[in-house]
Amino acid sequence: MPTTTIPPSNKTAAKVVPYRRPDPGTQPESNYSAYRATARRAPSKPLIYLPHTLSEVTGPVFGHEKIADTDNDLTRQHSGEPLGERIIVTGRVLDGDGRPVSSSLIEVWQANAAGRYRHAVDNHDAPLDPNFSGAGRTLTDENGGYRFVTIKPGAYPWRNHENAWRPAHIHFSLFGPAFATRIIGQMYFPGDPLFAYDPILQSVPDEKSRQRLISKFDLETTKPEWALGYCFDIVLRGRDATPLLEQPKPATGSAR
Amino acid sequence: MSLTLTPWQTVGPYLHIGLTDTRSLGQMASDGAPGEGITLTFRVFDGDEVPLPDAMIELWQADADGRYHHPEDAPERVSDLLFRGFGRMATHADGSCSFQTIKPGRVPGPSGLPQAPHINVSVFGRGLLKRLPTRLYFGGDPANAIDSVLLLVPEDRRATLLAQPDPNRQNGWQMDIHLCGPRETVFFDV
Repeated sequence: MPTTTIPPSNKTAAKVVPYRRPDPGTQPESNYSAYRATARRAPSKPLIYLPHTLSEVTGPVFGHEKIADTDNDLTRQHSGEPLGERIIVTGRVLDGDGRPVSSSLIEVWQANAAGRYRHAVDNHDAPLDPNFSGAGRTLTDENGGYRFVTIKPGAYPWRNHENAWRPAHIHFSLFGPAFATRIIGQMYFPGDPLFAYDPILQSVPDEKSRQRLISKFDLETTKPEWALGYCFDIVLRGRDATPLLEQPKPATGSAR
Repeated sequence: MSLTLTPWQTVGPYLHIGLTDTRSLGQMASDGAPGEGITLTFRVFDGDEVPLPDAMIELWQADADGRYHHPEDAPERVSDLLFRGFGRMATHADGSCSFQTIKPGRVPGPSGLPQAPHINVSVFGRGLLKRLPTRLYFGGDPANAIDSVLLLVPEDRRATLLAQPDPNRQNGWQMDIHLCGPRETVFFDV
């Protein structure tokens, strides 16, 4: 066998530990005809598999953000209290191996109790609430824990199909530790009769994964004489156990 | 045994309330940040070449030395106030948005070869059930020819990732993102 030159090892490159890929069916595909807007916006060509480099395993750090007292209490951002059913939403942010993700920025936005967003393009015939903006944010604590106080958003109609209504939901956005762990989702409320008719939720093929988006009513979190409590854990991608470069070489075949 | 992951859902048409009305970030580098100051302008189009007035773009990039301000690369730079490497803007009615930043240096790639200067791009919007990750490279950079990621892309589609000099702006670069259709931009499975 001819001798080959072994390239010098690069310490920085060797440090890159990739994030695990989601199992098939656990994430929506971009193309989903029941959600009509995907037709002219979803890519038609296959995505190109990108092996993780330093670019994908790093990401913006938000631990130094200034979070105001009322940022995680959407009922205290105006002079008066918003109308609607006051609720507590709490949970933990974990990685796929169950480890807490601390100091992670969570941003949320939602409709008011009547199902109306404070937004120029929302023309649903339902009242705005002068005491409700519908935006909040917080940082997870050292155990990955977080807590919001808000009001339960209303369902609202949209024009995706005949008599289409979105189930009540709160949008949430997280970065996690890396570019690869970014996630934006929607949290739903248990037992909503609209689930079966909602192409956004149904775009996730796997039933267990859909359940991950549905919060659980929790009597422990519920505060007597004050507010119902809902628990909602958010699970970000976990990491491969060992750096690729330290894995044993396959006995046959070439390395990818 | 791993936990079931939280799935993506679309950001919908009202993303601005939570993400950009008060939380947009177009100036990624302050005066005094080392490096070559540049302006990046993106335009986002759907499959009918209609601009998206309700999309959002996020950027993540290394600094001029090719260092990411992140604990796994340059922890001592994480609290740098002049440059943090993150940007986020909603598109305007004409589908465009702009960022002021600095040109990134080269970061390590697989097998120790440095990557060509690039910026990690995420596209979000109504009608996108999950974000679309792509990359911006700088057209004409000789390092593009040996970039490990660009080489994964079929040759006839690489140009979709190359920003071009902005004729209207000094140190300006522009990149058009086509979500689908004949000029579809390359998106990555990250």
